[in-house]
Amino acid sequence: MNPRRKQRLLLVSIILLGLAATTALILTALDENIDYFYTPSEIINGKNETGIKPKVGQRLRIGGMVVEGSVKRSDVDLEVSFDLSDTGPIVTVIYDGILPDLFREGQGIIAQGHLVNATTIKAFEVLAKHDEEYMPPEIAEAMKGIKHVKPEYTQQQLGN
Amino acid sequence: MFKWLHPYAKPENAYTLSEKIYAFVIPLATLCLIVGSLWGLLFAPTDYQQGESFRLIYFHVPAAIWSMGAYTTMGVLGFCALVWQIRTLELAVIAIAPIGAIFTILALATGAIWGKPMWGTWWVWDARLTSELILLFLYLGVFALYFSFDDKRTGGKAACILAVVGIVNVPIIHYSVEWWNTLHQGATITKFDKPSIAGDMLWPLLINIVGFLLLFIALSSYRFATELAKSEAHRKWVLKLVRKNLS
Repeated sequence: MNPRRKQRLLLVSIILLGLAATTALILTALDENIDYFYTPSEIINGKNETGIKPKVGQRLRIGGMVVEGSVKRSDVDLEVSFDLSDTGPIVTVIYDGILPDLFREGQGIIAQGHLVNATTIKAFEVLAKHDEEYMPPEIAEAMKGIKHVKPEYTQQQLGN
Repeated sequence: MFKWLHPYAKPENAYTLSEKIYAFVIPLATLCLIVGSLWGLLFAPTDYQQGESFRLIYFHVPAAIWSMGAYTTMGVLGFCALVWQIRTLELAVIAIAPIGAIFTILALATGAIWGKPMWGTWWVWDARLTSELILLFLYLGVFALYFSFDDKRTGGKAACILAVVGIVNVPIIHYSVEWWNTLHQGATITKFDKPSIAGDMLWPLLINIVGFLLLFIALSSYRFATELAKSEAHRKWVLKLVRKNLS
């Protein structure tokens, strides 16, 4: 390789490395701000590194698993409340609206809303988060005992 | 070491080679895409959780993988073009950019269509979706930059610099789902573990991934040949080629 090319190779490589380092530093600095949501334990115990807890009234997103047996639906309207957990702490979510098809107990969801008190969120949006596993229903039933049941609505609820 | 490559730095030889690659690869790509898509859409079992909607995976995943693969190729070519000052490689960068952009748009569009019924939303600003959108802007930027200079050498250099710089975004897209909390789920097949997808769902997916790769190779060879002929329009070999095709 002639010296001029070698110089260019070095220059371009250094620029690329410097840029990668800068990006890495920026992303590390932004770290938790890029997170799309809080987990229930982060809402109750604060973020892992900083220990900052969200304030009451703050608008935030929470992501966690719907606790089995915690879903309570109103008979007359679409209001629903359920508990979310990840590793232990439990946060209650209240929501008034149509839930996504994938919503059910044990499912991972992300809710956006305001913190009403330390452990309750009034959500205005609920999104379902699914995992990266794909399998036919028979295998899922045999392996995990999961059976997909669609949520049922009463005629009165659908009329709203 | 790269002696065998040297003849292809000559535009005429590069043109003939990419024409040959195109003619050879396009039927294979078509075959893979037809087999993979029909198998995936008609014969693969439904998913236990997502039902029929999961079939979007057969287009979403291949498009997304090769939107990143195309960018990496473009970045490496741009890097070589800058260091060795090879005009031919600048043309290859420009040939790839719009194809990569189309793959990215396809990944974003199928993702949105999939997100609406499953997640409950077309779009969220989480790390995965946002970094993929930035990828689209990088592709468009490379393409736009090239044509915004009257002098094509300057334009080529500028486009190559952007292509090289943008490579930083590729690992960010891939690892975004591990580094941060995102609505998008983690990797199903592009990881060192066993793929988390049942075998009879995986095969058509793999065929379509190969199909998209072949389609990318075929289309970029085609565009590359065209760009070469365009930039060398005043040369004898292009005139000869035109006469041959007309007669």
